[in-house]
Amino acid sequence: MFGTQLIDDYARQIADEKQASVLNGSAAGTEKRYQVLHQDYAQPDELRHLAGSIKDHTLHHLGDYLTQAENSLTQRGVHVHFAETDEDARQTILTILRQHQVSRLTKSKSMAAEEIHLNPFLIENGVECLESDLGEFIIQLDDDIPSHIVKPIIHKNRRGIANSFLREGVAEDYNDDPQTITRRARIFLRKKYMDAQACITGANVLCADSGRLDIVTNEGNSRFGMAPAPLHIALVGIEKLIPSEADLAVFLNLLGRSATGQQLTVYTEFINGPRSANQPDGPEHMHVVFLDNGRSSVLASNCREILRCIRCGACQNVCPIYRQASGHAYRSPYGGPIGAVLSPLLFGDRFPEFADLPKASTLCGACHEVCPVNIPIPDLLLRLRDKAKREAVPSPAAIPMAPFALLATSPNLWRSAMSMSKAMNHLPLDVAPIKPLQDWLGQRTLPPSKGGDFRKWMKTRRKPQH
Amino acid sequence: MSRAAIFRKISAATAALKIKAPRPEYDASITHSTPKLAGSNLLEIFSRNLAEVNGRTLLSVAELVEFLTKSGQLRGYCDPLLYERIGAPLAAAGLTVETTYEPARYDDYQFGITRASGAIAESGTLILDDEHTSRRLAALSPWVHVALLDRAAIHRTISDALAALGNSPNIIWVTGPSKTADVEGILIEGVHGPGEQIALVL
Repeated sequence: MFGTQLIDDYARQIADEKQASVLNGSAAGTEKRYQVLHQDYAQPDELRHLAGSIKDHTLHHLGDYLTQAENSLTQRGVHVHFAETDEDARQTILTILRQHQVSRLTKSKSMAAEEIHLNPFLIENGVECLESDLGEFIIQLDDDIPSHIVKPIIHKNRRGIANSFLREGVAEDYNDDPQTITRRARIFLRKKYMDAQACITGANVLCADSGRLDIVTNEGNSRFGMAPAPLHIALVGIEKLIPSEADLAVFLNLLGRSATGQQLTVYTEFINGPRSANQPDGPEHMHVVFLDNGRSSVLASNCREILRCIRCGACQNVCPIYRQASGHAYRSPYGGPIGAVLSPLLFGDRFPEFADLPKASTLCGACHEVCPVNIPIPDLLLRLRDKAKREAVPSPAAIPMAPFALLATSPNLWRSAMSMSKAMNHLPLDVAPIKPLQDWLGQRTLPPSKGGDFRKWMKTRRKPQH
Repeated sequence: MSRAAIFRKISAATAALKIKAPRPEYDASITHSTPKLAGSNLLEIFSRNLAEVNGRTLLSVAELVEFLTKSGQLRGYCDPLLYERIGAPLAAAGLTVETTYEPARYDDYQFGITRASGAIAESGTLILDDEHTSRRLAALSPWVHVALLDRAAIHRTISDALAALGNSPNIIWVTGPSKTADVEGILIEGVHGPGEQIALVL
């Protein structure tokens, strides 16, 4: 009946090298975000709160804004599709690709595509699908999964990458200089862009008024992928909407600073149609696939605030659990605090499978403080813990609390327990053959019991007289 | 099928809300960064912020010739509409300038000269759109991208630039050279796009 939670097991066995990479990368991210945001704004919290209320307003009127976005896009010659499930989205995309006889494409980083496992599906169906963001490209070479929303290879170091390049034929010799690694990827990927028949992207934001998709990259991979390709397919979560282009000033200023400590991401692209008639480069055909995949159910739940998320990764960087455990411990493309809320909700029928994630938090609140859209993540974690309890999801690592409850509600029992507790100091707890106890003590040192000294001390104290 | 189902679920979810958040009213000035906007001359503010992201502002064709020659970027593309003003003087200085971009030879162009439709002082951003940029690839594949910028087209803030976004189906804001920090957080410039981003203001 006792066991351990999967996330704890993972954190315990993580390799030192990987843990160091995650810790260094995330701590640096937190530091940079803080510096830039506070250097540039006297009251950065005002902006975060405003962004949160714009998103709340949009989500509370989502049907209207989604209709408006659909009309704006359709009027500009964009084909709009709706996918209720991950399977619908994969099939919709495959159908479009087949209509255009696409057998090879490049893809710029998209969390929605990770969520629906688009790559393996397309490859199974005979479409060569190459990730073009440097980090995602390396993930694909290693058949790995991203461990951070904006820094997918935060868990890797240069030596591992250099070995992968050599093994997969991207490079002819071993060289782990980051500049050389980047140049080699540049040369390799350019050929692929020029040869691709389509480009798949996600979208960071979608403006309902003009239908403009906003796609940001630092590397320029989505721009390069789309320039020679005749077909662009964008996979967009229905929660990505904001009312108008004017609101982008709020979101763009927060997104870059929160994600990477930049005022703006290098390439911020606004797209609401196929290329202009006078422009030789860029897609002639554009499709937008709106993805639900559980989002409308989240909207109906008491955790709907999580749909404000703009995928900046700031909560991952700052989270003490994420830093120790890495994103992979969360068993979904979304790791860290955002993943602990999103995975159990999005993959609704698999809730019990992810119900341990909301417990992997100290509820310290740092994720809420850094969130650019002011999501009260600790509150949502508590609501999900409550949901697990109500739905009686088994909790293998939970220590039975009934004996404690009995002690704590009976002063006499408590007193005698206290006086006996000194005896615990002489028990060899560290070798006791109780698995959950061992797991617990493996990460902690129990202070010696003082046997109720505090209560005795309290009795001798008097209320100060005034 | 999916469309109707999704809209049905959304309206059920939002109809059940007791309070619907109103659309917040705010002044765009809340998004402005005072330190970033320090100064009175828009070109100076723009150049300072562009320099902060490792881009350069050049103020004459002679400066451009010097930069390209010194950095060994001797062959490139120039928007035919800019040939007389920029391309010809570069050619006269011994550089090889082509006015057609052949995608198959994407690696032959060491520099690409195109027009920007505007810029943003607050962030050091160049604005390119489908109407002004003769070829998207020419502003992307060369190591050096030179964008000709009309100083009258510099917007003061990001919110000003958004208000004037226009109707082009494709607009891109470029804030410095292409970069990554994917490998151990170390900054490397020139990932897929240019390693040098230049604003040429004549």
